[in-house]
This record gives sequence, structure tokens and C-alpha cells, in this order.
Amino acid sequence: MREFSTDILVIGGGPAGLSAAAEAASTGAGVTIAESERRLGGQLVKQSHKFFGGKEEHAGTRGYEIAKILKDEISQYGDRVRTMFNTTIVGYYGDEGIVTAMVGEEDYFHISPKKIVVACGAQERLIPFPNNDIPGVYGAGAVQTLMNVYGIVPGRRVLMVGAGNIGLIVTYQLLQTGVEVAAILEATPRIGGYWVHAAKVRRMGVPILLRHSIKRATGDQVVTGADIVELDENFSEAGLSEHVECDTICLAVGLTPTNELLWQAGCRMRYTPYLCGHVPLRDASMRTSNENIWIAGDSSGIEEASAAMIEGRIAGLSAAESLGYKAPPGKFDRYRSRLRNLRAGEVGEKIRAGVASVAVAEWGNV
Amino acid sequence: MYDCRLKTGRFLLRLKSFEVVSVNLIEEHPVLDFSHGEKVPFSFDGRILEGFEGAPVAMALHANGVRVYRRTQEMKRPRGFFCAIGKCSSCLMVVDGVPNVRTCVTLLKRGMKVETQIGRGHVNLSVEGS
Ligand SMILES: Cc1cc2nc3c(=O)[nH]c(=O)nc-3n(C[C@H](O)[C@H](O)[C@H](O)COP(=O)(O)OP(=O)(O)OC[C@H]3O[C@@H](n4cnc5c(N)ncnc54)[C@H](O)[C@@H]3O)c2cc1C
Ligand code: FES
Repeated sequence: MREFSTDILVIGGGPAGLSAAAEAASTGAGVTIAESERRLGGQLVKQSHKFFGGKEEHAGTRGYEIAKILKDEISQYGDRVRTMFNTTIVGYYGDEGIVTAMVGEEDYFHISPKKIVVACGAQERLIPFPNNDIPGVYGAGAVQTLMNVYGIVPGRRVLMVGAGNIGLIVTYQLLQTGVEVAAILEATPRIGGYWVHAAKVRRMGVPILLRHSIKRATGDQVVTGADIVELDENFSEAGLSEHVECDTICLAVGLTPTNELLWQAGCRMRYTPYLCGHVPLRDASMRTSNENIWIAGDSSGIEEASAAMIEGRIAGLSAAESLGYKAPPGKFDRYRSRLRNLRAGEVGEKIRAGVASVAVAEWGNV
Repeated sequence: MYDCRLKTGRFLLRLKSFEVVSVNLIEEHPVLDFSHGEKVPFSFDGRILEGFEGAPVAMALHANGVRVYRRTQEMKRPRGFFCAIGKCSSCLMVVDGVPNVRTCVTLLKRGMKVETQIGRGHVNLSVEGS
């Protein structure tokens, strides 16, 4: 089997992974980025809207443009950063110091990295309802991939489930493409996403039905509609269901961190609702309980691209430092204060609580 | 009755039901520009369709209005794609005779033979020369 070695292996080429790679390479470390897709940028590639966040995190810039900025930053390091596309890291063998990589459907090889940054992003959640397996029930990510990456109209009339930022933004993107959105359903009494996004889709005539959920998808072979129902305070059905015609049901019911490799690597994990799933304990440098593994971005807890980029920078810098490369004085502190600023105030309350519950000061005491 | 005209390449007639799913390519977009690869023919269950080389097989099928990609082993349920990023196995099909190919991450090539997968599919296990 083929095998090669690298100083730092960055798993995942989204905003977190790209930032980690750039930062590590800036100190002189050799970096390999393994990315399952055939392009870098992760979630950013599918985002055609302007991003929130701090100025230094490119607020006001469209997602796919931020991806380009990060790619340009990396290209200045030339051969020091090696990028492997269509390559998924599937196994971790700590005793042998190797990971297994799968290329496409059939080809496998080994990588032996000195240090690893896991920046695998997130996975979409699914909710249970009859017929949720038939064609036409798609994840929000899939709908975005179809329309924003491949330029294919995902359907003619879409029912959106979930009024968080993803549900609202994808609704807006569908409308931009000329697709009708029948309604947005939200089980809770509140719109989870930012108000500006909600206002935009309301102005465009899409009803946002709070305290509503999907009861079943209808259709024999493919989706032809959905039965929807109002919910009471206890999330039980409050009345008769109503039928909505649609050919696509788009699920935007949240993300959960991608963490398989972290479990495999024996990282100490904790279920943290505010970070949307099982996430590893980490120190202030984003290092996990496995001293060879760092984390960054959505894999460390669902947050935003802006935070993912700073976490990536901290992780990349710290991983390089552990190999004897030098971080410029004050750099860690600057990144940490940017992260604190992002998480400040009322909006950051849950993230702060989540992060605090998995933060570790010294590994010796855990 | 639902009347609809999308900004797509094909004009959609008034349709009574949603069984005929004819979706197509986005022609104008206020923000994004799309560059497609070369248009090539491929077969789907014996029918000749066209798609863009370099885009995944599942996307090419969807653009042709095909939504059912396989039937499950036990319950014979229809399945299409779900995640579109190679993580859920919903989109497995038989491609050039090989079953269980994730069509959402397998790129279309000229002349590819794509078939609906029934159950787990069939693998020829006879070893050459034995
Ligand atoms: C609709 C939508 C709108 C958003 N809007 C905003 C916004 O306005 N502002 C904002 O700050 N954030 C926004 N976000 C969130 C932001 O996109 C994510 O928080 C951010 O992309 C997370 O970065 P990441 O690098 O951790 O993960 P990702 O961007 O998900 O990247 C992970 C990468 O890892 C790869 N990968 C996964 N597993 C493996 C493996 N085993 N081997 C190899 N590669 C692997 C994946 O293919 C992927 O490319 C939005 C997200 C969505 C979906
Ligand atoms: S649609 Fe999920 S693996 Fe292809």
C-alpha cells in the first residue's frame, strides 16, 4: 500500500481547515490537506450570501469569495501545502501513527502525519416522519449543492422545514433561482435565524409557520406533497393536518458535528447540547485529549465560519509549535481575543456556555 | 392545477400532478455564474440521456427529471439522493456494471451505463483464471 508522511495533516478543507493550513505553513511547517470533495472551501462554496462576523473574518463578503481569499493565502506557500482532493480520511491507527485515506470509491493509501488537525465540519440532521425516505426529501445541503454548485433547479415547489439561518438562507436562494417555496415550517414558537434573513423571505411572500411541523410526506414513488400540522406548547398536534402540494421537502433541521475520527482516536468527548452534539474536550490551543490531535470549526461544535476560521488559525499555529516551529509573539493572544469578541454579548451566550463546559485548562487534571 | 414557469431551459406546461418532474438547469442567476463541462450522452436503464461531463451522475439524472435511483432490499422502497455529498448511501446505483456506486460523488463520463439498483445489486464473484 502507498504511504507518505507529513508534518501536519489537516482533515477537511473548509474555512477551519484552510485557516489551520495557512497558519501552520506560515511558520514553516509542511502541511497536507485531505479533502473529500474535489474542491476546497467546504460549506463556503455553497454560500452566495454576504457573511456576518467580524471585519477580520471577512464580514460582508460572500461565502464563496471568502473561500477564494483563503485559497489564495495558501497558494503563497507553494509546495509547503499539499492538497489532496477526492480523498476521505476514514481510519485512525494511533499505535502505528497512521491514518487511512480513501480516494474515490476503491483506492486506499496510508498517511503518517506527525500531528493532525480535524476540521471535518458538520453533518445534517434528519427528523422522523412517515415517508421521509422517498426521493424528494432532501437535506438543505443537498439542495444547495444542486443549485449553487451544479446550477440545477432542485424542484418546482419546495416545502422548507426549519426556520433557522440555514432554512431562511436556502429559502432565499431558492427564490433567487425562481423556485417557489410553499412555506417554511418551524416547530418552535420562534424564528431561530437572523431577523434580516426572515424579513427578506417574508417580503417575498413566503409564509413562516411557527409551531408547525411535518406529519408525513405524501407520494408513492416521489414526493408529491406533505401533511403539515400545528403544534401546541408540548409539541403535540393541535388540530387537523393540512395538505401542501410540493415536489421537494427540504430539511433544514440543524447540524451535528462530524466526529467519527475523534471517537476512533479516543479523544475524550462530551455531549454538549449548545454545541449540537458530542464534541471533544479541548484546551485553549484547540488540542484534544489525544496529544497529536487538534480540532477546529464545526467539528468542535456548531458555530459559524467566522469562529471556524479563528479556531483553525489557533489549532494550526499550536500544532506547528508542538513540532518546534515558532509562532510570532502575541499571535495566539490576538486570535483568542478575536474569538472572545465574536462570542461576546447576548447572541454568543449559548456558545460561550457550550465552549466553557468542554474547555480544559491542563490535561493533567482531567 | 398549478401553473409555473421557472427560469429554466425547458418551458413547463400546466401540470395536473407532480408526477412529471421536469427540472432543468438554472439559466440566469442574480449572483452566481455556472460553467458546465462538455455535454455528453449516457444511458439510464437503456434510455439515452444527456448530461455534463465532470458533474456527478446523480446531478445529471436529476437535471433529466429522474428522481428514483434504487429500490431497497427488504421493503422495495424507492430511494433518490439525500445528502449529495457522499455520506448517506441513499444514491447507490449500478454504474458500468458495478453496484453500490455513490452516484452523487461519481462524475459522469461519456457513454456511462447507469442502471437503477435493485436491492444490494449483483457482483460477479467468479475469479478470472480459476
Ligand atoms: C446555508 C448556510 C449559511 C451559512 N451562513 C453563514 C454566515 O452567514 N456566516 C457564518 O459565519 N457562517 C455561516 N454558515 C456556517 C459556516 O458555513 C460553517 O460554520 C463553516 O463552513 C464551518 O467550517 P468548517 O471548516 O468547520 O466546516 P465545513 O465548511 O463543513 O468544511 C468541512 C470540510 O471537511 C471535508 N471533510 C469532512 N470529513 C472529511 C474526511 N473524513 N476526510 C476528508 N475531508 C473531509 C468536507 O468535505 C468539507 O469540505 C452557514 C452555513 C450554511 C449551511
Ligand atoms: S446522496 Fe448521500 S451518499 Fe449520495
